[in-house]
Amino acid sequence: MSRIKEFNLPDLGEGLTEGEILAWLVKVGDTIELNQPIVEVETAKAAVEIPAKWAGQVQAIFHPEGTTVEVGTPIIAIDTDPGAGPIDSSTTDLPTPSAASLAAVEVAPAEGAVEPGLIGGPAPGGRTAVLVGYGPRTTAAKRRPRKGDAPAQATAAPVLPAPVQATPAPVVPVPAAPTVNGNGRTAGPVLAKPPVRKLAKDLGVDLGTLTGSGPLGSITREDVQRAAAAPAAEPLAVAGPATAAASFGADREQRIPVKGVRKLTAENMSRSAFTAPHVTEFLTVDVTRAMKALDRLRERREWREVRVSPLLLVAKAVLLAVKRHPMVNSTWAGDEIVVKEYVNLGIAAATERGLIVPNIKDAGRLTLRELADAMTNLVQTAKTGKTSPADMSGGTLTITNVGVFGVDTGTPILPPGESAILAFGAVREMPWVHKGKVKPRLVTTLGLSFDHRIIDGELGSKFLRDIGDFLADPEAALLAWT
Amino acid sequence: MAKGDPGASTRGRRAAPRSRKAAASDPELVQLLTPAGERIDSVTGPDGTEYRVDFTDEEYRGLYRDLVLVRKLDAEATALQRQGELGIWASLLGQEAAQVGSGRALRTQDMAFPTYREHGVLYCRGIDPIMPLGLFRGVDQGGWDPNEFKFNMYTIVIGAQTLHATGYAMGVAMDGKTGTDDGEAVIAYFGDGATSQGDVNEAFVWAGVFNSPLVFFCQNNQYAISEPLERQTRIPLYRRAAGFGFPGIRVDGNDVLATYAVTRHALDNARHGQGPSLIEAYTYRMGAHTTSDDPTRYRIASEVEAWQAKDPIARMKAFLEREKIADEGFFTEVDEQARREAVDLRERVLAMPNPEPTTMFDHVYPNGSPLLDEQRAQFSRYLESFEGSAH
Repeated sequence: MSRIKEFNLPDLGEGLTEGEILAWLVKVGDTIELNQPIVEVETAKAAVEIPAKWAGQVQAIFHPEGTTVEVGTPIIAIDTDPGAGPIDSSTTDLPTPSAASLAAVEVAPAEGAVEPGLIGGPAPGGRTAVLVGYGPRTTAAKRRPRKGDAPAQATAAPVLPAPVQATPAPVVPVPAAPTVNGNGRTAGPVLAKPPVRKLAKDLGVDLGTLTGSGPLGSITREDVQRAAAAPAAEPLAVAGPATAAASFGADREQRIPVKGVRKLTAENMSRSAFTAPHVTEFLTVDVTRAMKALDRLRERREWREVRVSPLLLVAKAVLLAVKRHPMVNSTWAGDEIVVKEYVNLGIAAATERGLIVPNIKDAGRLTLRELADAMTNLVQTAKTGKTSPADMSGGTLTITNVGVFGVDTGTPILPPGESAILAFGAVREMPWVHKGKVKPRLVTTLGLSFDHRIIDGELGSKFLRDIGDFLADPEAALLAWT
Repeated sequence: MAKGDPGASTRGRRAAPRSRKAAASDPELVQLLTPAGERIDSVTGPDGTEYRVDFTDEEYRGLYRDLVLVRKLDAEATALQRQGELGIWASLLGQEAAQVGSGRALRTQDMAFPTYREHGVLYCRGIDPIMPLGLFRGVDQGGWDPNEFKFNMYTIVIGAQTLHATGYAMGVAMDGKTGTDDGEAVIAYFGDGATSQGDVNEAFVWAGVFNSPLVFFCQNNQYAISEPLERQTRIPLYRRAAGFGFPGIRVDGNDVLATYAVTRHALDNARHGQGPSLIEAYTYRMGAHTTSDDPTRYRIASEVEAWQAKDPIARMKAFLEREKIADEGFFTEVDEQARREAVDLRERVLAMPNPEPTTMFDHVYPNGSPLLDEQRAQFSRYLESFEGSAH
């Protein structure tokens, strides 16, 4: 046991992550007693004095007054046996504040709170015993490693619910041989964040077959989604014999309680589908010019920080088209039709919690720049799960961007109380007749569903045509309509 | 005194030096030892009960020793929390007399239902003071046997234990264990904040209606975390008992002698089948609500100083010195014992083993459960998948 001990800032009150050093009550060289107050620390909850954990002599103070220190960071080093003469420099080095501070900076927040080494003594597993106290952290040793690669898979497997016994679907596959991927990382265990692993498991994607596009070659959510969209031939082949021997009972069925967003979506969709007579029309548009216009927009200095997506242009197209056909922005109210002069533009968003449709209030009055910012905000809020009920109520017309899932179009169902919803499909390079010749052009398909009680085929078609015209040539449409 | 029962012997009794009667500064407060350490011979309560204690010198010294040890162990636990060795600690600083006085008034057969701050009562019940530290360190659920020590588990939910105590006391009565000198009594501890809880008021109703052998012991330490007493009540808390149909009395909770006398009397009433009563031990929480709290944010220093002058240990020491019941050697010896026990407590806390992860499946069902057995097996396999696994 080292005679010089470092004291780490503890969690002083139920789940705190940091504290500010208010005042040091001792200085380097001072002889201190057990439980003598050494430092005053202010946390989010209280300003408290910390008593010395060991008697001895103050060897080093790592953080000056006024600094904020993360829980688990060494703040002071105490020589617990100062009478024993100088420290043997052949086996240990004296701590220097800079070195320790550096080590401290690398400490992850709140790590000390769960560090088992704190309990019962100063020799936690996995750390190298250099310098004093705990020595530098070795991140890899925070958790005990699993036993040897292949057996580990076998032992670990029972913990994970195996969907089909005969189907080998290891979440962490064992690479056949160490290879080096594009990022120069040796392919050991596959790198992926836990939510991504969960997604891969849910979608039945084998992470080992993917090449990660994230930092250090880690596999991202997008990588998994892309792989899931691709045809999966191999698993089917393997599943063949298994299916033959398998049962078709409850053991191979999953029962998911209907609640929350799923329940709400189900209620809204069936209510809408069976009350509003839906008509859906499609229009395929060459959006090459629009995409070039977007590129030019992105190059403008004042738009440099703005997130500009094809969806922005579609939203603009819808808003302009509504001005020309106000009747589409209306509600069926039994014995009357309520036509709204404001457009609360809904954007359907797939989130972790399920489908939600927040809307941009009075979107018709926004400039393109304001619209872009509003859409960025809306998406970010939805992704973090912080969309408020107010954001989701009062929508008058909705866009659903099914193109992000790589499909061409769909027949969307109206949100209750709305009369039109536009599905925006993927923008793809396709052979297209342009100026009398077949050329590769960027093409998308729009799908518009509308409520036939209010909107007849003529109005719906004109509305969809206008959206298409704008996307085919935004500059001309702007000149002509505004 | 500690283990001895002062009712059992009359030898060596020391009468109060001056025969003062019921001259406490606050007519509503039973007090036998003033903050200056002056003894009051006896006090007559509002119902005519005469409160007095008759201790031997040895017993007086024993009470002082209890107070000092309980405070020192509590301070050590607070330090351990500050050093990252406990998750949280609820200090009893300032309330030692209320706890030692009432704890020593309990007889062996009496049952106590504590909150999470009754470290002093726990000590008086003969439970190893290490026990609650395992709970606050998060390595066990609090490991004493409530039946063996007649001291229930710490209850974190505010006021819930008063209902448990009421049910227990009703059971004692139904078992016919009251009505004699050896009858059983039950005591329920709670704070001033808990008196606003539904549970406590329900307990009052039931205990009153069923005439249960129960003493409601309220340590009024003036704050429910940050909420001052005037936000809890418009009348003194002890007077609430009248509305529920049983007697209530306020005692100086910083006076270990008065607390002992009042509690012993209330317990004896209960064990003789005379029903419940409420004791309001008027005291002050000198420290924070818990180590997660900062009392300087909601109370002023002058208030704390005023209560500092009423310190329960200082007045006992002044009394022992004035009456020459104890000398400097005794005080030094007690301090040294406290220091040794604190060091011992510290070393044992630091040596506490982390529990085996699979022990969380233990003691859930008395005869096991197939579902839990399966989970335990799965969890064991998971643990075994790590290198260096001892399983």
